[in-house]
Amino acid sequence: MSSMIRLLSLLGILVAAVVQPALAQDAKATFATLATDNYADIEKGIGAIAESGAPTAEAVLNALGDNRLLYRPSDKALFYKDASGAFHDAATGAVVTPAPTGLKPVRLNNRVRRAVEAAVGTLTLMSPEAAKRRQAAEAVFRSRDAATLPALAKAIAAERDDGVKQALRQAQAAIFLTADGIADSDRIAAVDIVAARGDQDARSMLIQVAGRGSPVLKLAAETAIEAIDRRLAIAATVQNIWYGLSLGSVLLLAAIGLAITFGVMGIINMAHGEMVMIGAYTTFVVQEICRTRFPGLFDWSLPVALPLAFLVAGGVGALIERLVIRHLYGRPLETLLATWGISLILQQAVRSIFGPTNREVGAPSYMSGAFDVMGVTITYGRLWIVIFSLFVFLGLIAVLKLTPFGLRMRAVTQNRRMASAMGIRTPRVDMLAFALGSGIAGIAGVALSQIDNVSPNLGQSYIIDSFMVVVFGGVGNLWGTFVSALTLGVANKFLEPYAGAVLGKILLLVFLILFIQKRPRGLFALKGRSVEA
Amino acid sequence: MKNGLRRACAALALAAGLAISGGAPHAADDTIKVGVLHSLSGTMAISETTLKDVMLMLIEEQNKKGGVLGKKLEAVVVDPASNWPLFAEKARELLTKDKVAAVFGAWTSVSRKSVLPVFEELNGILFYPVQYEGEESSRNIFYTGAAPNQQAIPAVDYLMENEGVQRWVLAGTDYVYPRTTNKILEAYLQQKGVKAEDIMINYTPFGHSDWQTIVADIKKFGSAGKKTAVVSTINGDANVPFYKELANQGIKATDIPVVAFSVGEEELAGIDTKPLVGHLAAWNYFQSVDVPENAAFIKAWKAFTKNDKRVSNDPMEAHYIGFNMWVKAVEKAGTTDPDKVIDALIGVSVPNLSGGSSAMMPNHHITKPVLIGEIQDNGQFNIVSQTPGLVVGDEWSDYLEGSKDLISDWRAPLSCGNFNVKTGKCGGQGAQAAAK
Repeated sequence: MSSMIRLLSLLGILVAAVVQPALAQDAKATFATLATDNYADIEKGIGAIAESGAPTAEAVLNALGDNRLLYRPSDKALFYKDASGAFHDAATGAVVTPAPTGLKPVRLNNRVRRAVEAAVGTLTLMSPEAAKRRQAAEAVFRSRDAATLPALAKAIAAERDDGVKQALRQAQAAIFLTADGIADSDRIAAVDIVAARGDQDARSMLIQVAGRGSPVLKLAAETAIEAIDRRLAIAATVQNIWYGLSLGSVLLLAAIGLAITFGVMGIINMAHGEMVMIGAYTTFVVQEICRTRFPGLFDWSLPVALPLAFLVAGGVGALIERLVIRHLYGRPLETLLATWGISLILQQAVRSIFGPTNREVGAPSYMSGAFDVMGVTITYGRLWIVIFSLFVFLGLIAVLKLTPFGLRMRAVTQNRRMASAMGIRTPRVDMLAFALGSGIAGIAGVALSQIDNVSPNLGQSYIIDSFMVVVFGGVGNLWGTFVSALTLGVANKFLEPYAGAVLGKILLLVFLILFIQKRPRGLFALKGRSVEA
Repeated sequence: MKNGLRRACAALALAAGLAISGGAPHAADDTIKVGVLHSLSGTMAISETTLKDVMLMLIEEQNKKGGVLGKKLEAVVVDPASNWPLFAEKARELLTKDKVAAVFGAWTSVSRKSVLPVFEELNGILFYPVQYEGEESSRNIFYTGAAPNQQAIPAVDYLMENEGVQRWVLAGTDYVYPRTTNKILEAYLQQKGVKAEDIMINYTPFGHSDWQTIVADIKKFGSAGKKTAVVSTINGDANVPFYKELANQGIKATDIPVVAFSVGEEELAGIDTKPLVGHLAAWNYFQSVDVPENAAFIKAWKAFTKNDKRVSNDPMEAHYIGFNMWVKAVEKAGTTDPDKVIDALIGVSVPNLSGGSSAMMPNHHITKPVLIGEIQDNGQFNIVSQTPGLVVGDEWSDYLEGSKDLISDWRAPLSCGNFNVKTGKCGGQGAQAAAK
């Protein structure tokens, strides 16, 4: 079988070589249809090129999709640029030297882009790479172009990979459902195949079928829709829980540093958000250096930024403690005002150094994109943040429970005077604890730079939420912060679809106020001597 | 870091310099003062700082050409710090203490509403450069940004005609501009035969950062078998996480296009635009407009800021137009007296940066072309549609109850910002209903 294909393709090349000049002339005329500014004409031209069977068709269409296709207005000759920047003649694929001048790019809009996707899909159905074939099947599924049916049938027959075969079948079924003149039996079979996808694309297609068609077909489609709806409802709940956990993990990250400075040390630190911002800007600086000096190491920028952000934010925190907060212990109102002032100073300083506009922090490859599990879309970025926040939380617990520093810190929290009498240098512990809280806010900033703006205002949006989490969880209790962050996250996400984002947040705040009335010390109240302090 | 430190020092020196120049007494005759009222700190600094720089550049260029009426122009820069009541205070300071001839400033609608009574009371002139929701016309304010009919409605028309969109998500930040714009759009869409169940309206707080649920909802709403588009009036910082989430959840412009009214070149500077290629924005100007006037402007801008990567955007063009209009009107009137300049401004026509000219209309709004652009992978826009002629800004929307009977005409003898054509009276019921 394969030897026969090889023979045939050899024959094909021979024939092509002989007929090339004539074909090239034809192809040139076909390609010239793209040399225009009119989108409708370009769209038509794409169809013609896909059907022409010209050997450069795929390259030309891909170039068009990537904005690499240019034309010379004087003679409508078409050229495409390859990755190295060399120009190829669209009709023959030959490299043109010297590079032609006076070229204009072929214009591209969403309509043209859709046409390109569909056309490339048809052309690459027989591609040697399975991933490309699967992409092609998906493209055909979306375009539902009846003209691809023969090519699909051939591709299904030749396909070995089960996954790709299924995708091809679904694409074929999609065309059966929407095209005219298809037998009812084929359509009913197609309903089952499409329904097996069980996602929203399938549902939207079946709704169209249920709207028209014979009664039997309608019934089949409606049953399938019901089944999909049931599945989607479950998926939606799971999805909501996931979104809640992911929001909760962001809250946890933002609040966990505050749980130390506010929760454990009792300092109302309004500049906490700015520590998060400093962490995010550290990430930006690391990435800038990566971009200019070591472009190959871009994926490592976040792991490198983590310790740096901890040190920078922790250092700033230690400085603030030494210079300002130390003089204000026991005066919460003054501390609040002073730290608020510090937060404004830090914001304006960053604004003067980095400018007021947002800075771009890129996502490393392992943090971009998403995957589907049983109809639930999970984005890699969020998944990493959930894992990371758990890691930070457990790490912090370990530091507090297992290290001598943690022991001293707990001692100072529980009874400052007694600890001091036992020979613990409480001012030093205070400073280190404040630096630790700030440093953790800094590494939270590294994670938040992936999902939010890196701008001088970054911290402001998290400060209220952070206090909310710490107060709800119970001041001075890390586990309380953990439970409270996740609870608030999930509650928020379950309220949002019903009440909307604005009202949802208000409801949550009202609930919190009522809750604090009932239990002033939060979910997990701290017991012991420090309570009276 | 060293560079940054130097810049910080320079900023400090600049601030000190400004304070001195603002405080030093000047002979009233040798210069004409121009107020610049843009936030240089706080949340809005991200957008407004650029406009301050543009004004400084325009004033410097005008001075090189010999100033106005033979006098040099002098910029008086104040910082209202994104604090709405402070806008009113600073405006009063500019008008009474510095005695400026005109003020260029404000960004958010709430800051404009805050300074409006001050300008009316002290009879000043304000040029407001940002697209806004309409439903306002003051004798003392000149609106050089787009009214809804110069941005939102053409964008919706484009999507209907070119993309065949039948289902609409109107997503916005929860404040006056998105709410009014969406009200106008909803009325317009319903008039075009779109059913209520095909419109989804969603509001989010300022600076919203967790878009997972809403993007998933949009995805779900868009899979009902009809072509769906999102019309976004999401403002400021919330855009970055919104677009990041769109990209992450794999919503491509070819499936569900998003057309935005508050996202320009400046906002895109903070995002990797590769996954966003094809999403749209509607403005009256794009940096990618290919005409000599624009090329010259961009060149001057990059030279002025000494930064080759600086981008230009729509509100900058609005200031360019507004400033040149003011210069022309002052020269026409032969004085900077506000009453005379206000009268002289109507009918003044100056070149805009998209190859035509814009004129000040009797309703204090200007004529502009409407451009639709698609985001490209380099953070610029590819212009896919341009209105054939200029569109006149319509201050009182024709699609809202109570507002559709009102017109504004500041020429004598009418001289009224909310004339009700039904009752034949200035102000009255309609204006109040619309104001609500």
